Amino acid sequence: MAKAATKKAPTEQLPQPAEPKRFAASRDELLSLYRDMLLIRRFEEKAGQLYGLGLIGGFCHLYIGQEAVAAGIQTALTDKDSVITGYRDHGHMLLCGIDPKVVMAELTGREAGISRGKGGSMHMFSVDHKFYGGHGIVGAQVPLGAGLAFAHKYNEDGGICVAYFGDGAANQGQVYEAFNMAALWKLPIIFVVENNRYAMGTAVTRSSAETHFWRRGEAFRIPGMVCNGMDVLEVRGAAQAAIDFVRAGNGPVVFEAQTYRYRGHSMSDPAKYRSREEVQEVREKSDPIDGLKHDLEVAGITEEELKAIDKDIRSIVNEAADFAETSPEPDPAELYTDVLVESY
Amino acid sequence: MSNAPAPTRRMNMIEAINDAMRLAMARDDDVVVFGEDVGFFGGVFRATAGLQQEFGKTRSFDTPITECGIIGVAVGMAAYGLRPVPEIQFADYIYPALDQLVSEAARIRYRSAGQWHMPITVRSPFGGGIFGGQTHSQSPEGIFTHVSGLKTVIPSTPYDAKGLLLAAIEDNDPVIFFEPKRIYNGPFDGHYDRPVQPWAKHPASEVPEGHYTIPLGKAALVREGQDLTVITYGTMVHVGLAAVEELGVDADVIDLRTLIPLDIETIEASVKKTGRCVIIHEATRTSGFGAELAAQIQERCFYHLEAPIERVTGFDTPYPHSLEWAYFPGPVRIGMAIEKVMKD
Repeated sequence: MAKAATKKAPTEQLPQPAEPKRFAASRDELLSLYRDMLLIRRFEEKAGQLYGLGLIGGFCHLYIGQEAVAAGIQTALTDKDSVITGYRDHGHMLLCGIDPKVVMAELTGREAGISRGKGGSMHMFSVDHKFYGGHGIVGAQVPLGAGLAFAHKYNEDGGICVAYFGDGAANQGQVYEAFNMAALWKLPIIFVVENNRYAMGTAVTRSSAETHFWRRGEAFRIPGMVCNGMDVLEVRGAAQAAIDFVRAGNGPVVFEAQTYRYRGHSMSDPAKYRSREEVQEVREKSDPIDGLKHDLEVAGITEEELKAIDKDIRSIVNEAADFAETSPEPDPAELYTDVLVESY
Repeated sequence: MSNAPAPTRRMNMIEAINDAMRLAMARDDDVVVFGEDVGFFGGVFRATAGLQQEFGKTRSFDTPITECGIIGVAVGMAAYGLRPVPEIQFADYIYPALDQLVSEAARIRYRSAGQWHMPITVRSPFGGGIFGGQTHSQSPEGIFTHVSGLKTVIPSTPYDAKGLLLAAIEDNDPVIFFEPKRIYNGPFDGHYDRPVQPWAKHPASEVPEGHYTIPLGKAALVREGQDLTVITYGTMVHVGLAAVEELGVDADVIDLRTLIPLDIETIEASVKKTGRCVIIHEATRTSGFGAELAAQIQERCFYHLEAPIERVTGFDTPYPHSLEWAYFPGPVRIGMAIEKVMKD
């Protein structure tokens, strides 16, 4: 038998999403994106305050700094699409259209919370809004996302799944099991890596051999995309290209959004793994909300219009906080509800 | 405490655990300490603070967020003669590693007819009382005690934590070392509405600076009495002791310290003396370690029992975010169980 020659794997051009363009937003779309990001920021600031007051206990992971990622992607989705994420989930929920009041009341552990107070900050769901959590175990939501995408395809409902996870979760083995299945079965899913540069307290360079997360799907023949996750218009434009590609039946995309979180990993994070200067520099130079101001100005949007949005958001957030503070705690009998479908 | 040399130093449980690893690393070059945020950052609970600075990056290092991988490489290291001490950041994160622990670490010695041993100590904070919700509060020890080939150790004081951890690291079998995180910084009597007590006021915070071990498989009789035997471990040792004192019951209180191997002789002697027994653990009730204890006690002490054995445990539900203190098996439920056992 002839000895097989050692061959290099052929470089093959895989189908790719269209070249993304920065989103050319209309005046109304700009206002809407601004509003979405501001809602997340003010909501999270309020959650931080309530945590400081002891009204929220345990773990609470704020999305401040990353607003452009959720805003850019969520606004490009339709109501056929499903969304799943990890424990830094408040922002995605708000932009899925979930009432801020029931999210905040879940943080404070009240009966009126979206999981009746039993889930908490990391564990929230809304089937009505096709929001499938809210998962506390790092990376565990990613295969679930593949399952959601499988169901979209199976039901031929035209929907796609967006599965968000972080740079830290990107090193969990089950993420790659999900990649393989998603590519093998051409599932309609976008794997969004929100790369905020720190896996809890560990910088990506200390935990990841390949820090270009968009390349992580290549071995599974999944095309990768990367965008500036601090620019909501860039995220939105890239998201549109990814969504069009996935919805057309081409299978999954790995989508890296390069972003940054301003606050600690959770509220109890002493943040000794990075300098204040580093955080300050991102805040000053790359803030997603301030960054949109130039586009707003160009579109002729006035300071007064923005102030009116600001005022409106503040009242929504204050109302959510009041609701979350004054709602009663769940009845102890709730401990034994929803363990199983049947009584337990 | 006979092998404990002077001098001593006041330590909380974190400091004692840190000191044990430092000593183990200084005494044995084969000891390596690793896990998520463990190296540069020193651990989210600071248990590994300073180890990388003292012993370098090859002996104390960060891993990606990859629990299955962490334990898998630990098994390989141990098979090749190292003595790995991996950290799983929360016990709730250990499930991706279950395959490696159950099918590899626990079984490789048996199936290789003793060619390999597995000197791995998996450290992991566990238990509730910190508002962690369902993914940061669990007590999964019963899952591991069910697996032949593993040892399970749970300390309740700084003194025990250091001595048991050194013994675990020096042990040639795989040890699951669960650290009750609620009492890292001070003992907890179950009265969550009272001020937190620091370890400094507790005699077991007086920890020898040098090397000592507490043998695995030896329980501690932490209170001596005639009328009742209370068997518990971890955080619940302090809760149980406080309940006994508050009720004025003349009870033996046994701190198991290691669940496997189990010091059944100490339990048997006590129950034969008192004829009454209450078992307390925070883990869920059904198939919990308390069930095993009750079974073994009735096998050995049936004709000495004056009343059915009572178990005070977590409810058979996931750990809730809200209602934490209704869920936690605190002084009220312990008091009810003790009164029931003492009645006949």
